[in-house]
Amino acid sequence: MSKVDSVLDKYSAKVYKNRKKHVIELENQVDEIDANRRTIPGMMNHRGCCYAGCKGVVLGPLKDIVLLTHGPIGCGYYSWGTRRNKAIPQKGDGNFIQYCFTTNLGESDIVFGGEKKLRAAIDEIVDIFHPKAIFICATCPVGLIGDDLPAVATEVKQKYGIECISFPCEGYKGVSQSAGHHIANNKLIKSVIGTKEYTPTAHSVNILGEYNIGGDAWEMERILKRIGYEVISVMTGDGSIDDIRRAHTAELNLVQCHRSINYIAEMMKIQYGTAWIKADFIGVDCTVKTLRDMAAFFNDPELTARTEAVIAEELEDIKEEMEYYRSKLTGKKACLFVGGSRSHHYQMLLKDFGIETLLAGYEFAHRDDYEGREVIPSIIPDADLKNIEVLEVEKIEGKYKEYRPQSEIDELHKEVVNLEDYPGMMPDMKKGSVIIDDFNHYETEEFLKMLKPDIFFSGIKDKFVIQKEGILSRQLHSYDYSGPYAGFKGAVNFGRDVTMGLYTPAWGFTVAPWKTESILEGTLLEATNGGEV
Amino acid sequence: MLDLTPKEIKERKAITINPSKTCQPVGAMYAALGVHNCMPHSHGSQGCCSYHRTVLARHFKEPARATSSAFSEGACVFGGGSNIKTAVKNIFDIYDPEIIAVHTTCLSETIGDDLKGFIDAIDIPEGKYVLHANTPSYVGSHITGFANMVAGFINGLSKTTGKKNGKMCVIPGFVNPGDMREVKRLLKLMGVDFTMLPDTTGVLDAPMTGKYEMYPKGGTKIQDIIELGDCEKTLALGSFASEAGASALEKLYKVPYTALKMPIGIGATDELIMELSKFSKQEVPYEIEEERGQLVDIMIDSHQYYDGKKVALYGDPDVLVALSKFLLELGMIPKYVITGTPSSAFDKQMKALFEEFGVEGCIAKQDSDLFELHQLIKNEPVDLLMGGTHGKYIARAEDIPLVRIGFPVLDRYVHPYMPTVGYRGAMRLLELMLGALMDRQDRDVKDEDFELVM
Repeated sequence: MSKVDSVLDKYSAKVYKNRKKHVIELENQVDEIDANRRTIPGMMNHRGCCYAGCKGVVLGPLKDIVLLTHGPIGCGYYSWGTRRNKAIPQKGDGNFIQYCFTTNLGESDIVFGGEKKLRAAIDEIVDIFHPKAIFICATCPVGLIGDDLPAVATEVKQKYGIECISFPCEGYKGVSQSAGHHIANNKLIKSVIGTKEYTPTAHSVNILGEYNIGGDAWEMERILKRIGYEVISVMTGDGSIDDIRRAHTAELNLVQCHRSINYIAEMMKIQYGTAWIKADFIGVDCTVKTLRDMAAFFNDPELTARTEAVIAEELEDIKEEMEYYRSKLTGKKACLFVGGSRSHHYQMLLKDFGIETLLAGYEFAHRDDYEGREVIPSIIPDADLKNIEVLEVEKIEGKYKEYRPQSEIDELHKEVVNLEDYPGMMPDMKKGSVIIDDFNHYETEEFLKMLKPDIFFSGIKDKFVIQKEGILSRQLHSYDYSGPYAGFKGAVNFGRDVTMGLYTPAWGFTVAPWKTESILEGTLLEATNGGEV
Repeated sequence: MLDLTPKEIKERKAITINPSKTCQPVGAMYAALGVHNCMPHSHGSQGCCSYHRTVLARHFKEPARATSSAFSEGACVFGGGSNIKTAVKNIFDIYDPEIIAVHTTCLSETIGDDLKGFIDAIDIPEGKYVLHANTPSYVGSHITGFANMVAGFINGLSKTTGKKNGKMCVIPGFVNPGDMREVKRLLKLMGVDFTMLPDTTGVLDAPMTGKYEMYPKGGTKIQDIIELGDCEKTLALGSFASEAGASALEKLYKVPYTALKMPIGIGATDELIMELSKFSKQEVPYEIEEERGQLVDIMIDSHQYYDGKKVALYGDPDVLVALSKFLLELGMIPKYVITGTPSSAFDKQMKALFEEFGVEGCIAKQDSDLFELHQLIKNEPVDLLMGGTHGKYIARAEDIPLVRIGFPVLDRYVHPYMPTVGYRGAMRLLELMLGALMDRQDRDVKDEDFELVM
């Protein structure tokens, strides 16, 4: 029986039939997997909701706007400060990231509608904070009771002359966080991107789908600036609404997290002619490759020379430390369960240290993230996704400009495979690896026992499960409150953290000495009763 | 830090900023984890369940199991009946708990799912249980959810044989396993035969053994919950979290109850010991008397460092009422006492406490938030902050020492193992408070005023 079957075999027929399509053992370079489907109730999986994808992930990092959760208290509370999207306020601006704004709906608001309280809440926010923009995020009950958020947003714009956008990201929409990414992307492209003019002063890029967890975006920007690039905006780590407004003036979009931001990358291409590249700043080799891909796109000899010079210096800087950690980590085996992109990216960083990946899974990625973008035409959206708006956008005359004509891009794509393309996670994995979509607790436990990895990268909900089993778990969402892990310096931090985790002395105390060594000492007494017992 | 918070306080009726509460289901999930072999189940969309498991894992640094009905948009239209039916089958098939304890979210409450009807229609395996509590997120707070789930266990399981079993039912309130462990120690020392519901000791403070157990050793046994109807009486510690369960048991089987303050500090612990003594009709053993005397000894020895200090407290009502009382016993001033949990009873209890100790100018507010607390502090500062992790932003902004107590504490280790209740818990609290105040003195004084002995 295959590895996969021996785990799935315990399921009921109905569950088996479903999970069989989501859990595969890689036989070819790319195999078909089912993904982005409804969660089976009661499986104890790790997914969050549409609100988390919209408010928590894409919009949460914006530092200079009020992000208002319209709903009962929980949703705003749980997404307050828990994702480590770092931010430093820009001159003259405040940092709203330390705050949680919520309408804290009560029973009467559910009965009589929450719009009145929402309007009053916005009046109070404007009175106290005078923000430049207010984004309103919907939660589960808001859609059910029929509050008209777009109408409130329009009113606010007229009344106060500030940007106000509502996001219909009720938790039950779609099947995971992914729907929330799409909803956030749609509104940003409709109402924010392209609304402010600017002229870049150097070769310019946006970093899309980078949320500055533990300072990742800052390390990327550091390297890019050394080479001489201008970073117009980061979506949305340490993000400012004004930066995003002028994002259309950049020459190239770097897509770090394909899942959460590919919608904007595609729409910007159509509207503004901005080319994009699937960048990867996680891992030393990947960072180098991304920088060279970028240089190939810009095709400017001076920039190319500077790129190589910076790469050489950066590699020299980290050489000694990387070698040390590689010596401690080579030959270790890992599993990765993360959200929608890191399970791929971090395999590449693990390779830098000689760590092999046995299993990788996503919570909410789509087939294109597993198999590559070429499968997109064959993906059939099902009923659960039909209410997520798919925007049709058009070229915007006057703002549309191509840095390189499409014919050149098509030609270059033969060399630079990541140019306006993403080949997915599978091609980078070995045959025989296990790939799991929408992983659950049972499957985690079973594969843990079967594969016996040295380290299991995952999130907070299973970290302590894995560690109780005697296996190190490092979080790849929060980085266990460390970081950055991106770029050259990030790779060293990562090597240090994994080494520290594997070699911490406490693992040696898991079994108490009296479990392996008898402490009962006795002498054999001579029988005094003639030998009878 | 928190640079946008102005000093000027404007009245707010609609916007909550930096809440000091969260929503019902996480309290219900915590209560259900305190039942042995129980799977907490969240009947709503899956995001809630993930958030609630996450905050528990972050507070306890332990696994927090729970499943979800994983509503889709379709389920919102047609109801979540088939979702929970599928979930129950899968949970018993795959995770094999003895009981599934279902709670709800704002989603299933707003659409009006009839959980009792759904559960009655499910074919539940022999010897297994499924019960539920309604926990709408738009009512009360996580404390309400805890109270509702405890009542849910009693309503769903407890029976009576008509014969009393001599036991006391103890509902410990929304506290850490370290607190429950301490209350159980006192109950044993006082010779009281008891069932504690819920009991998260051995669940959310489970040891490292190299083997993960989905259902750890701890938790109230189902048989013990069934037998609660035969108890002599119920002791509810903390009226906000525990009285609903006690009252359910009284209604069902006429088990009388006493609601006490959470036993934080000397007076509230005295009341607990007196109550236990009355119940067991036994003398208080010397071991307890010794602990009490040690506490008083420490209080007198160190009074010069805490006397008259002003404290701002925030968090859950039961902890706040009891902790304020302890501060007043010490001669400290609970200047601001802020809870997000809406309750006029809180205002009343706090007012009574201020009157009892004759302090003036202290402000206690229910249904308030940390933004308001910060503004109050900006207008009249305090010497010490006490509450969960979310207050650390104010502590940093205003340079006030912070003692972490309550839920959630996300940024420190060890705390869930350690008690804040009983005489020993009071000693620990006093050590934490003195440590914070005296570290601050050491940091701030001039070199020539720096003391070796304090």
